[in-house]
Amino acid sequence: MSETIHNQVSTAGGPDPGPLRRNPVMRTAFDAFMRRREATILLVALGLVIYFQSARSEFLSHNNLVNLAQSTAPYAIVAVGQVLLLVSGEIDLSAGATFTFAPFMMHYLIDYYGVYPILAIPLSVLVGAAIGFGNGFITVVLKVPSFVTTLGMLFLVGGLVLTTSHAFPAQIPEAAQGKIQEWFGQAEWSELVWCLLIVAFFHIVLTRTRWGLHTIAVGGNLLGAGEAGIKTTRIKIGNFMITGGLAAFAGIMEAFRTQTIDPSLSGADFASVMFTAVSAAVIGGTALAGGSGTVIGALLGAFVLAELRNGFNLIGISANPFNIILGLAILGSMILNVYLANLRRAGRT
Amino acid sequence: MTEPQREAVPEVLRVEHIAKRFGAVEALSDVSLHLKKGEVLGLIGDNGAGKSTLIKIICGFHQPDAGKIFVNGEEVSLKSVDHARALGIDTVYQDLALVNELTVYHNMFLNRELVRWPLLNNRAMRKRARQYLDDMGVRIQSVDAEVAKLSGGQRQAIAVARSVYSDAKILLLDEPLAAMGAKEGALILDLVRDLKDRGEVSVIIIAHNYAQVLEVCDRVNLLQHGEITYDKRRNETSVAELTDLVVAEYRAHRTRGGAADG
Repeated sequence: MSETIHNQVSTAGGPDPGPLRRNPVMRTAFDAFMRRREATILLVALGLVIYFQSARSEFLSHNNLVNLAQSTAPYAIVAVGQVLLLVSGEIDLSAGATFTFAPFMMHYLIDYYGVYPILAIPLSVLVGAAIGFGNGFITVVLKVPSFVTTLGMLFLVGGLVLTTSHAFPAQIPEAAQGKIQEWFGQAEWSELVWCLLIVAFFHIVLTRTRWGLHTIAVGGNLLGAGEAGIKTTRIKIGNFMITGGLAAFAGIMEAFRTQTIDPSLSGADFASVMFTAVSAAVIGGTALAGGSGTVIGALLGAFVLAELRNGFNLIGISANPFNIILGLAILGSMILNVYLANLRRAGRT
Repeated sequence: MTEPQREAVPEVLRVEHIAKRFGAVEALSDVSLHLKKGEVLGLIGDNGAGKSTLIKIICGFHQPDAGKIFVNGEEVSLKSVDHARALGIDTVYQDLALVNELTVYHNMFLNRELVRWPLLNNRAMRKRARQYLDDMGVRIQSVDAEVAKLSGGQRQAIAVARSVYSDAKILLLDEPLAAMGAKEGALILDLVRDLKDRGEVSVIIIAHNYAQVLEVCDRVNLLQHGEITYDKRRNETSVAELTDLVVAEYRAHRTRGGAADG
């Protein structure tokens, strides 16, 4: 209470109450900030911005910002789904395959079945959700660990892409070119805008709704959640479906942006989309153990990965050491997470 | 085995000839018990006697193979935990069913959240949780604390408060005193005693510590080999007698060659 009053006074330009009164407020604010899971990754992201900008002034140029946005958004969208799944105690390794499959699905629907693009896009997203349902059903009902289920699904869906496309890339369907392509990925900021909307939406879902609360409960104490009457099966399968749908949507936008529907993402790179997304989630402060995680952290995690890749490029460092940095970042952030969690548990609330 | 009924106090729960087997294992063979309004019934028995199975049948988690269950005099077939809960039967499990990662007030309202659609009404939940814990005399510094940070007794108290809050009329406590210090155990017993004084809630409490059971219970039932073999009022029994009964059974079991399954 006194804090808000104090803030109002100082923003209104009133007399400064002096460092003695101000310090504790600043300190509480700082503590509150540092206690947030996203704090560390936000500091890292800002630190990298400062570093790369001072090294190469074009880092914050318009063109490069577009670059950064476009190499953050699709991974962040996939990462949002992974966060929900990780929080509920599962993982989806097949998200990258769904990401690749969805634009082909859209292409088949439009070019072979004459479906309107504006319908083909949501239908393809639904197919992604259906793949997620398959993952969820096999994991929850048939009780196969999600690591194995989605590993199988990764090859199954990836193989489907290669078989149906004969491993050839496809053109963006003519009917989808123009406005639709622009809105869904081609325009400079469109991927970022969708990404921010999705992040904001699922941040609220995870932190402010029953679905989010039950997702945490299922990941934190599966048995207990069931005993409390929470429909654990529905929560888990639902999160698999959300992840599948988001991966499909991100894949379609990425196809629109790159102007091609690329099956190679299901080959050598099949894992890279998924692993980048999981890395973003983990670096952003989501634990693999279930029960806790943050969607905003995942967005920042995806941004940090994009910054590193892009910044290294600008500075002229070969792309090869990028993986070393990525590996160290994952290990470092996980160690930090465990350490911070211990601190929090120790009662330094 | 049944004692003369006192007409004044209505019966809230009656279980007749319940049997349940899991594959080759017969967990309960023929269990009958009853519970009056405002009564606290102690359920004792050795490990593996079927206490938890019985609790899980009464709370709707398992369905019995045979037998009848009456709630407030009406026969019911409990299909699910939700169904039993709708009839006012609620359970505090041994593992408490608390989520460490969530706050005290979220745990207290778990799956019964107050919602201002589509969002959670955190402010109302926080306020009511605080008020409710205060009413029950449970001391917890902040309802915003993560449950992981609380002591065993506090966690138990939250679990009990959650059930009582949810308007439970029949409360099943599965070993609430296990793994709890003397002071924390006393907190739980006080809580049960408090419920008894109000007379609205009937309680079945599973426990191993007979002295503590006798402190709060009106009546004690002993479950042995899937049957209730003993049903006495508190003033008709003693810790020594209860201990003898269970130990004697253990000895008999052993001499019969039961060591093989030990």
